[in-house]
Amino acid sequence: MATAAVSTERKNYLNAEYGIRSWLLTTDHKRIALLYLISITFFFFIGGFFALLIRLELLTPAGDLMTADMYNKAFTMHGQIMVFFFLIPSIPAVLGNFLIPMMIGAKDLAFPRINLLSWYIYIVAGILYLHCLVSGGVDTGWTFYTPYSSLFSNTHVVEAGMSIFVVGFSSILTGLNFVVTVHRMRAPGMTWSRLPLFVWSHYATSIIMLLGTPIIAITLLLVVLERTLNLGIFDPSRGGDPVLFQHLFWFYSHPAVYIMILPSMAVISEIVPCFSRKRVFGYNFIAASSIAIAAIGFLVWAHHMFVAGISLYSALVFSFLSFVVAVPSAIKVFNWTATMYKGSVSFSTPMLYAFGFIGLFTIGGLTGLFLATLGVDVHVHDTYFVIAHFHYVMVGGAVMGYLGGIHFWWPKISGRLYPEAWGRLAALIVFLGFNLTFFPQFIVGYLGMPRRYWQYPPEYQVYNVLSTAGASILAVGYLLPMVYLLWSLRYGKVAPDNPWQATGLEWRTPSPPPTFNFDETPVVTWEAYEYGDMPMPDEVTLER
Amino acid sequence: MAEHTEQSEHIMSSGFYWLIWAILIGATFLTAWIATIDLGRFNTVVALIIATCKATIVVLFFMHVKYTSEKMTKAVLIAAVFWLLLLLVLSLADYSTRYAG
Amino acid sequence: MSDRAGTGTTPLAVEHADRAELRHHFADVVQQRNAASLGMWWFLGTEIMFFGGMFCGYLIYRRAYFPEFAAGSISLNLLAGTLNTAVLICSSLTVALAVRASQLGKRKQLVNLLLATIFFGVCFLVVKGFEWRKEYTEHHIPTFYFSAQDMVNKHPNLHIDPQHAKIFFSLYFALTGVHALHMIVGIGIFSVITFMAWRGKFNPEYHTPVEIAGLYWHFVDIVWIYLFPLLYLIDRRGP
Repeated sequence: MATAAVSTERKNYLNAEYGIRSWLLTTDHKRIALLYLISITFFFFIGGFFALLIRLELLTPAGDLMTADMYNKAFTMHGQIMVFFFLIPSIPAVLGNFLIPMMIGAKDLAFPRINLLSWYIYIVAGILYLHCLVSGGVDTGWTFYTPYSSLFSNTHVVEAGMSIFVVGFSSILTGLNFVVTVHRMRAPGMTWSRLPLFVWSHYATSIIMLLGTPIIAITLLLVVLERTLNLGIFDPSRGGDPVLFQHLFWFYSHPAVYIMILPSMAVISEIVPCFSRKRVFGYNFIAASSIAIAAIGFLVWAHHMFVAGISLYSALVFSFLSFVVAVPSAIKVFNWTATMYKGSVSFSTPMLYAFGFIGLFTIGGLTGLFLATLGVDVHVHDTYFVIAHFHYVMVGGAVMGYLGGIHFWWPKISGRLYPEAWGRLAALIVFLGFNLTFFPQFIVGYLGMPRRYWQYPPEYQVYNVLSTAGASILAVGYLLPMVYLLWSLRYGKVAPDNPWQATGLEWRTPSPPPTFNFDETPVVTWEAYEYGDMPMPDEVTLER
Repeated sequence: MAEHTEQSEHIMSSGFYWLIWAILIGATFLTAWIATIDLGRFNTVVALIIATCKATIVVLFFMHVKYTSEKMTKAVLIAAVFWLLLLLVLSLADYSTRYAG
Repeated sequence: MSDRAGTGTTPLAVEHADRAELRHHFADVVQQRNAASLGMWWFLGTEIMFFGGMFCGYLIYRRAYFPEFAAGSISLNLLAGTLNTAVLICSSLTVALAVRASQLGKRKQLVNLLLATIFFGVCFLVVKGFEWRKEYTEHHIPTFYFSAQDMVNKHPNLHIDPQHAKIFFSLYFALTGVHALHMIVGIGIFSVITFMAWRGKFNPEYHTPVEIAGLYWHFVDIVWIYLFPLLYLIDRRGP
């Protein structure tokens, strides 16, 4: 193990400037990515803490660990923190920020100062939410349903709502930056059909961020106004309509789940060809399916409202459209699998996460179809079946993609190699822990256990115990990378420029890259994923 | 392969802008006046048509969309308007098909 | 293709030596301006959705409570609304002329037109302020001793439900309030732009901030072009 610091002569973005001001006032997209990495990890811990509370309470059928009100706060804040402060920013703000300029051959994003502004907006929102938390929290469920949130809840709904309103602008600015960057900053020769699929997916994600997020902003603003000014627009006793709130809320919040999954798919599209040593199968289809998911994803929102009182005819339409939206995702899964077929597959840590993603996302996605089926949904709506479904796609899918991406690009980001054996072990633990946590929830949900209940009939206990056991294993799996990745910063082997022998412009920069990425603007004359021309990576790299 | 694109700016005469202004002012008073005439259900339709014409004129001429060579500008505009229509139409589809039959 | 970078082989440092306003990560001013323009258009796209959410609420409730919406609309001051629409159109004219002045390098004209724009914007807000004050005395502002009794009395045949009327006014104040907020922000932005213009920062080669601020201002005007008929002209057929 080399303990020497990364090349003391060569300047890179990490050692270009020192001091807290150079970090807090940076406009370098790579440094901003790291600022985000620290921030979202912090919120991941807090959201995880609430998950711990939930799973501890659910060990026993009785509501004995905390009051019902406290439990309501626990699942509300777990959801809001994980969705708005972890999942939505995670891959775009960390990996997207870091990689997109390099992948397209640019020196930075189109608007570097707006990039920094988006991080500060995130921090302000985060502080607001933390203040809400320590003041007593919020208990409306992450979905803020009216009229409970607008009239009856005695918790800090306004503060939570305003905090999420603010963090939405961080999302919008990130999306704005990405779209303009991809349109205007590509290096000569980097045509749309040569873009890495990572960029395509983030482009699609950014469209959703731009067109969807303003809706949740105005919706939360209306709830805040309703609550503070006692308006009555969502109060049924005064002619208001709670279902209108749900229409507006889900118009964003459904596409939001595609904001969470598309970047993860972006990562998988990079990892799979690299560790299959093969061109991605069906590049055009994967690119087009990213756009299709973004577009069709806006047409399905009312499938969250099947039992809320919408008309049967619109329910039929939304059910049908929800089936349609599964198609482009399925196309991606088929294409990734076909990429591996007759490839030279190696089971590195990123690839293990990719395998995990493909399997777990498929299960999550298929159970989404169960939920899209009107008859089935009447039975399983608001049960643990739904919870299991979305955790399969968001944790088994999005988070595993995130971890895979962190590991894949770690050498580029830090200039160090992480210990491969520990990486694989952690990936395995995450996979096993995850399944033990959430698979029993499909069953117990189908058997009738409702979500958001802090006590339940004794016959459900065995599943809940399995789930909590799984959660503790999953927690270990998440902690391990935090330990060994930090360890690698100091003691990890110095990384070569391209340890995986991957294609992509980012791998043609040093590890870690210099502040302005490229000394000269690259001119691209090759297609994406030309793994046929790439040498195999060193065996040593994988067998550390 | 890579070359500078000169964005030749289309500079319009000030007289043309005044003409657009006059059209917009006229349309404003027109719409206020028509609102006082009973057209039944079409009052709303006419008002929205006039508003859309006014908005289109502002977009095309004051915001220079007619003269730009940037396809993305038009694409963004059309996309945003289309997306808003998605929200409005599909929500309306729910409300207008309730209590049917 | 206009969305590609500049020359590929020139070291990036050299291209930036002679252009003070060119930021380092752009290859040339054309690319920088195209990026700024596309960025502002996308931002306006998000604003369309932001206002759009309120339009959705408006649409649903207008269908449900048309009599109250009509009565509420009648209670608004048609003259003030029409006048304000005209004021904003004048401000859009001055903005368009200001951009033109910056394209032609006419600094004094540019400053005057920018000041005129701000003047019209302030006029709009003043008229709006008078309207809101009148609505306050009429008890039509939700939470400030709201009462729709006067509307019930004025339209006995419409069977006005005061609570539904309150929904109209909630949406009216939300829509015009958020619009006014955008106006205030716009006036702030234009104040900064005017100062920069007065200091001679703009010339025919570089006037991007004027252009993109102008786009924002036109957008705020367009929102009002829709708000006017939707709020003031719901049903003006009566005597």
